[in-house]
Amino acid sequence: MRVEITVNGSRREDEIEPRLLLVHYLREVCGLRAANVGCDTTSCGACTVLLDGTSVKSCTVLAAQASGRAITTAEGLSGPDGKLHPVQQAFRQEHGLQCGFCTPGMVMATVGLLADNPHPTEQEVREGLEGNFCRCTGYHNIVRAVLSAAGELSAAGDR
Amino acid sequence: MIPSPFEYVSAGSADEAVELLRRHGDDAKLLAGGHSLLPMMKVRLAAPGVLIDVGSIPSLSYVRAVDGELAIGAATTHQTVATSPEVRSQVPLLAWSAGLVGDPQVRHRGTIGGSLAHADPAADLPMALSAVDGRVVVLGPSGEREIGADEFFVGYFETALAPDEMIVEVRMPVRPGQPWGYQKFTRRANDWAIVGVAAVDGRVALANMGAAPVRAVSTEQALAAGAGATEAAGLAAEESDPAEDMHADAAYRRHLAQVLTKRALISAGVPA
Repeated sequence: MRVEITVNGSRREDEIEPRLLLVHYLREVCGLRAANVGCDTTSCGACTVLLDGTSVKSCTVLAAQASGRAITTAEGLSGPDGKLHPVQQAFRQEHGLQCGFCTPGMVMATVGLLADNPHPTEQEVREGLEGNFCRCTGYHNIVRAVLSAAGELSAAGDR
Repeated sequence: MIPSPFEYVSAGSADEAVELLRRHGDDAKLLAGGHSLLPMMKVRLAAPGVLIDVGSIPSLSYVRAVDGELAIGAATTHQTVATSPEVRSQVPLLAWSAGLVGDPQVRHRGTIGGSLAHADPAADLPMALSAVDGRVVVLGPSGEREIGADEFFVGYFETALAPDEMIVEVRMPVRPGQPWGYQKFTRRANDWAIVGVAAVDGRVALANMGAAPVRAVSTEQALAAGAGATEAAGLAAEESDPAEDMHADAAYRRHLAQVLTKRALISAGVPA
């Protein structure tokens, strides 16, 4: 079947099998490897991307369901000059990652969370990221990074 | 994990979806958010030949007041149900329940109609619908019919839906300001209930205490006769027939049902 999906701002058309999962479409058809297949059971969140601006687990969405819609992956966050998105910058600054496998999903879930709730409390950050597992950091630095990114983004909004 | 091959059709309206169901019969499944169906297809517990996507039908996603009741479109996401000011004020138990399904990403995709049609007895929304005395509006080839929660859930992952019918709306009486109780016992974050209890207005429904959501009728009768929460909750497992699994045996589930029912009843304003 034919799908028409806007991926990181570029509209593309592809011929796919209906059973192709969005995460495999992104990784294998588009060559975008940020979204990882972790658990493959809608649990770990490593495959999180934005679908029309909302965070979803791309291992549990068919590429067909994304037809006519817009997908953003971690590759689509940084600017054309390679400048990191404030959320990416905050994860780096606050040491919000160790092995890095969960990070693209964490970052995308964070972008979705902050779009919904630009000034989350620490508790809201922890609950907002409950769909993303990290097996290295113990989450403290991730939460710090999200709070720091929220501050940075709202300061940028005020400027 | 990759599902078996299938044919994918996107339906433009509920009528078209029903026509497609009629044409393809048992070989077809409706797909909305896909957060119950796709995981089953990935492990090949389900292998439908045709998927009819109803997730993009805009007229199936809404929350509105109708005749003093609340009506929610079948393809409304858990996120919308959980955060809708109308649901939160009119049927707060349901909003709370929807907010406990999975995690944020799951709630962004999963839909109320999908969860109810999936009919997992451990899930939140079937129990919640039973507790709030809700019903589903179902569309078939000969038109619409309504099915109350207690008649709708027939057994494990089994409902009263005919193969050519789909849920189009969920309706329930409103209870603004009425106290309610909700208990969900899990061992891991984001998990299904090992036992769940929802209580409001003298009604008590249990999750994962049988093949379908269970109404704790003995508890309800005791409450109607003036019993307190402790006495009524002692009867909570009378109607249930819980399964055993790695999380709990039947005796432990019965015990949990009583403990959690007491807590739910106290939240729902029943004196101890």
